[in-house]
Amino acid sequence: QKVSVEVLEHLEHLALVDFRDAEGVERLQKAIQFADQLHEVNTDGVEPMDSVLEDRCLYLREDDVTEGNCTKELLENAREKVEEYFVAPPGNIPLPKLEERETFLQGS
Amino acid sequence: VAARGCGGVWRRARQRGAGQPGSGLGPFPRGQRAVACNARGGAVPAGKSGLAPWVPVVGLEIHAQISSNSKLFSGSQVQFAAPPNSLVSFFDASLPGTLPVLNRRCVEAAVMTGLALNCSINKKSLFDRKHYFYADLPAGYQITQQRVPIAVNGSLSYSLCIDNKMRQMVTKTVRIKQIQLEQDSGKSLHDDTRSQTLVDLNRAGVGLMEVVMEPDMCCGEEAAAAVRELQLILQTLGSSQAVMAEGQLRVDANVSVHHPGEPYGVRTEVKNINSIRFLAKAIDYEIQRQIEELENGGTILNETRAFDSKLGCTVPMRDKEGKQDYRFMPEPNLPPLILYDAKSLPANMNHQQVINIDWIHERLPDLPSVKRKKLVEQYGILPEHSFTLLNEDGLAEFFESVVKQTQMKPKKVIGWILKDLLSYLKQHSLTVKESPVSSFLLADLLNLLEKKEISSTAAKQVLAELWKGEGKTPLEIVKEQKLELLQDQKELEQICQVVIDGHKNE
Repeated sequence: QKVSVEVLEHLEHLALVDFRDAEGVERLQKAIQFADQLHEVNTDGVEPMDSVLEDRCLYLREDDVTEGNCTKELLENAREKVEEYFVAPPGNIPLPKLEERETFLQGS
Repeated sequence: VAARGCGGVWRRARQRGAGQPGSGLGPFPRGQRAVACNARGGAVPAGKSGLAPWVPVVGLEIHAQISSNSKLFSGSQVQFAAPPNSLVSFFDASLPGTLPVLNRRCVEAAVMTGLALNCSINKKSLFDRKHYFYADLPAGYQITQQRVPIAVNGSLSYSLCIDNKMRQMVTKTVRIKQIQLEQDSGKSLHDDTRSQTLVDLNRAGVGLMEVVMEPDMCCGEEAAAAVRELQLILQTLGSSQAVMAEGQLRVDANVSVHHPGEPYGVRTEVKNINSIRFLAKAIDYEIQRQIEELENGGTILNETRAFDSKLGCTVPMRDKEGKQDYRFMPEPNLPPLILYDAKSLPANMNHQQVINIDWIHERLPDLPSVKRKKLVEQYGILPEHSFTLLNEDGLAEFFESVVKQTQMKPKKVIGWILKDLLSYLKQHSLTVKESPVSSFLLADLLNLLEKKEISSTAAKQVLAELWKGEGKTPLEIVKEQKLELLQDQKELEQICQVVIDGHKNE
């Protein structure tokens, strides 16, 4: 079963990934097939496990101030800064719609 | 559930004149209401003849910042105003290799709030990731509790006055769907001139309690009253300082309208509401907008709208078009959060690692509703009075302090507190703590009145003088302005005789 162009486009928007070419899409499809093997197991009446940590104790930290005050270090990573702020574009720059992009997905 | 919602049917709004005041703070809106909601639940025909009445439906999502020293998952400080990016740890900045570590105090705050709102506390709750891209969310996801939150199925009771005379009050209940723990995002400062956004991550990672209220309300006034009561509860518990102006309490409203008997209409989400007054205005505007749109044959889009406080209207929000797909997934770095009670308390665990719901329950302070009841029972004041006392920070304590220091009956003292003192404070925009007249001075004055050494008119004069804060005592002012009541019978007879004699010839 192939993944539709609509789903691929939706994924590119959500995750900002670029499948780039047929090989990228194929890799995705193989990954889905791999995960689908889980359906072979009968899980009726079994509580889903959501974390391998489920038996561990969630550590609770005391409410003390132990971190922060490292503005200079944090800003070292920023390409652009203004005073002590990080600089970002004015808003989310949406990925152009499929029709407006040069992507191989159009041909699919 | 009888008291749920008002089954309110919408009356056509009265003409909006310029400068018409919106719903006020608390359960006592000042001035006219812009739109009327039938609190008794009877069907009210709409303004246009032949048209079916409308039922507005209002639900709320409230984010309350947890009052704690450090953040939800990191040890950086929580503070309102600080140099940009100075209260940010490597985890808050989402640098690789960092992990979340849960703050115990935040969990306790959520449990207290859940108990105060009559919720069931989930002894096992889970954390999830909610993914979306925005410059102030460096990780690209928010850690929240989508599948199993910490508390569910509670209720909040609040009161409204159903007439403008503030006499008759009615109690309503709104169901609390759930309370969840989640991270706050950083702050974006939009610089339109240079076409850029400046990002400050000081707020990123601060603990939030999201309180989800079911759509049991029908108008701005109900929503405002419910939020005000929640605010008072949070402040009483200390779990959040809930000051809206500082962003510690943020409210989003979900609004829709439908005809009675028909399914619920499409709802819109209204954001960017900065005060309780604006909350009522925004909701009432949106209800009206939807009714007009539908009556004109249009449709309502399932969209997010922002409230523009200057124009008093809602507008579609940028960057929020279309339904979001958050791709929720379990937070892989956090095991389930387990809470205990007296019965399930583990024997061999470090106390610091154990949160006991029953221990917290036993130590909850008196909630506002209980405090009000006690004030009414102890002092014989009216329920409306107890609302006003609790609505003003420090006023109830001031009142009780005066009562202790005076022989005047509490029922009489309350008049002086609510009419004279409070109106002075309001006129000069002062808080109770800033009052130039202390409880001691007021009690002193009321004692003079009670002993009949001055008249009530004179007392008001003295109060006006005391208000200047020049340090004089009531007795000094009375002597200065010669306001003493004459007690001597003979002296009074003499004065009356002189007056009568003086008019003998008329």
